[in-house]
Amino acid sequence: MTFEQIIFYLFAGVLVTAAVGMVTVRNPVYAALCLILSFFTSAGLWLLLEAEFLGIVLVLVYVGAVMVLFLFVIMMLDLNLDPLKEGFAKYLPVGLLVATVMAVEMVLVLQSGPFQTSQAAVPSPANNTEALGVLLYTDYVYPFEIAAVILVVAIIAAIVLTLRRRPDSKKQDIGQQVQVRRADRIRLVNMKAEKKA
Amino acid sequence: MMNIAIATPEIFLLSTICLILLMDLFLGEACRMVTYLLSIVALLATALLVYSSMGGDKITGLHDMYVRDDLGGVLKISILLLTVGIFVYARKYLREQDLWQSEFFLLSLFSVLGMMVMSSANNLLVVYLGLELLALSMYVLVAFKRDDGRSTEAAMKYFVLGAVASGMLLYGISILYGLSGKLDIAGVAAYVSVQNVMQNIPLLFALVFMVAGIAFKFGAVPFHMWVPDVYQGAPTAVTMFLGSVPKLAALAMFLRVLAESMAVAQPGWGQMLLVFGLLSVFLGNLVAIAQFNLKRMLAYSTIAHMGFILLGALTGTTQGYGAALFYTITYALTAAGAFAVLILLSREGVEAETLDDIKGLNERNPWYAFIMMMLLFSMAGIPPTVGFYAKLSIIDAVMQAGYLWPAVFMVVLSVIGAFYYLRAIKMMYFDKPDNTAPIEAELDFTILLSVNGLLMVVLGIFPSVLMGICSAAVVASL
Repeated sequence: MTFEQIIFYLFAGVLVTAAVGMVTVRNPVYAALCLILSFFTSAGLWLLLEAEFLGIVLVLVYVGAVMVLFLFVIMMLDLNLDPLKEGFAKYLPVGLLVATVMAVEMVLVLQSGPFQTSQAAVPSPANNTEALGVLLYTDYVYPFEIAAVILVVAIIAAIVLTLRRRPDSKKQDIGQQVQVRRADRIRLVNMKAEKKA
Repeated sequence: MMNIAIATPEIFLLSTICLILLMDLFLGEACRMVTYLLSIVALLATALLVYSSMGGDKITGLHDMYVRDDLGGVLKISILLLTVGIFVYARKYLREQDLWQSEFFLLSLFSVLGMMVMSSANNLLVVYLGLELLALSMYVLVAFKRDDGRSTEAAMKYFVLGAVASGMLLYGISILYGLSGKLDIAGVAAYVSVQNVMQNIPLLFALVFMVAGIAFKFGAVPFHMWVPDVYQGAPTAVTMFLGSVPKLAALAMFLRVLAESMAVAQPGWGQMLLVFGLLSVFLGNLVAIAQFNLKRMLAYSTIAHMGFILLGALTGTTQGYGAALFYTITYALTAAGAFAVLILLSREGVEAETLDDIKGLNERNPWYAFIMMMLLFSMAGIPPTVGFYAKLSIIDAVMQAGYLWPAVFMVVLSVIGAFYYLRAIKMMYFDKPDNTAPIEAELDFTILLSVNGLLMVVLGIFPSVLMGICSAAVVASL
């Protein structure tokens, strides 16, 4: 076993363990941390494949931005986890059965006709950030633009589903404040003088 | 080769959507009608652009990601024109149910863009991205009535199951990519054509996942669980959209992914789709009998119709593909009309959705009752409506391909299915109405619905024009 293989199995093992942990741990904060660990190890696998750009982006975008936001949300929402766990024991046997049957079937099918593995062509020393950029903006420009449209739809969707104008919330209307006149605020009352006691 | 001009209709539609999005911000609530009219103009202009580019040879562009052929053209024009009709129908409903928001039109336009991308995709990656664009817009539209628990629940179910189905499709595509090293349709076709498909287990393994993903989008049994709940929970205007136009996109996905790139693998996917199709025809028609909610009944009827389309398509012959295309277009037209009648019967704050609501429709308004009867006749496949001819051409294609007993099975189940359509017609004509309030609709709604209903008969008597277009498109493109 070469050193590279040892590293691969180490990363792969940690990745699978972290992924299993992510779906099984009870506390959502631990689950998010497990997910971060699995992102880190898959970034390591990518580095092993000399795809350094993808590895770095995975850490920067997913670990750095997405998962941190996720943790914020989990910690800010006071989640009541009990209803989520209801019926877990009830559905577990059926779920396990289905999962086992599918896994066994997939293993049997894939054993019968193995995928050929081949040594990937060693990439030229040019950095793959540049190579990806060139591909993305030439050959794959059409899918790239569609992906951008999907993101626009996601923004619109988030606004449609969550934006609520609450009439009862108290807020300043600057325009109204500036335009206010004396007559709106002050009422001069003409009072009769009272007699001296 | 780049050739950006090839995608002019899509680029035009996207630019117009962005323009409408920005204009709506400044126009505000009072001028929503402008947004509505602009959306319709955008769709019609895009249809015109597609039409003007049709008739030429099959050419690809945008680095082989995009293909322009007659099949894509026919699908896109049907999608665009049907959406125009649905916008006109939806206006009444959206106003009455307090959903008169520009986002309905914008999200629908985005999903139309996704369907157009799928219709002319020449790469599995593009098929997937178009599908996601369509699906994401649809999830939001289903949840559009966000204060209604049923609408939110339907959207949640649709979202989770849709994500699983997309995952399956993507998994299948990734295995296929691992085997062939290709994602473009021609490359995959070249790889598959030299394989012994029925012996190549990894290829069949990939095929299973891709077929499952496609069957989910059709709503075929056993991937049909979402259909009734989503149809019932979504606002009727959205159900009308969801129940008609995306079926064309699902057929486009089938034709591009299975028929075009894996034509040689027909024995593989044909078997799977045969099971799905027969189960859909069986379950859809039987369970629909037990439904009292009209939206659920139409949902199960959709499942049965999708079974017919799959059975026609699985033959792998150009005759079968042409019949499936004809069936899908006419079914989308029929379904849109049937849901429009539901919208017609809804009032401010009240949704018409049970069989009780159509009771005695003849006494309330004989003309609308007649239109609804034509639509239901067409769904049941009773001559002289177009549904009869569509079913006939599918069954003919299935017989020609040598599937004798599935054809007999389809006929028997169609007869059983006719029961629940005829029951609805009986309730319209022979029962007393619960509610005798007059039915009001604006002029454009009435005209469109009348045309829609009469088209059922006109197309049924003169099917050759549309059938000719469908067959020619399939022959020229596949």
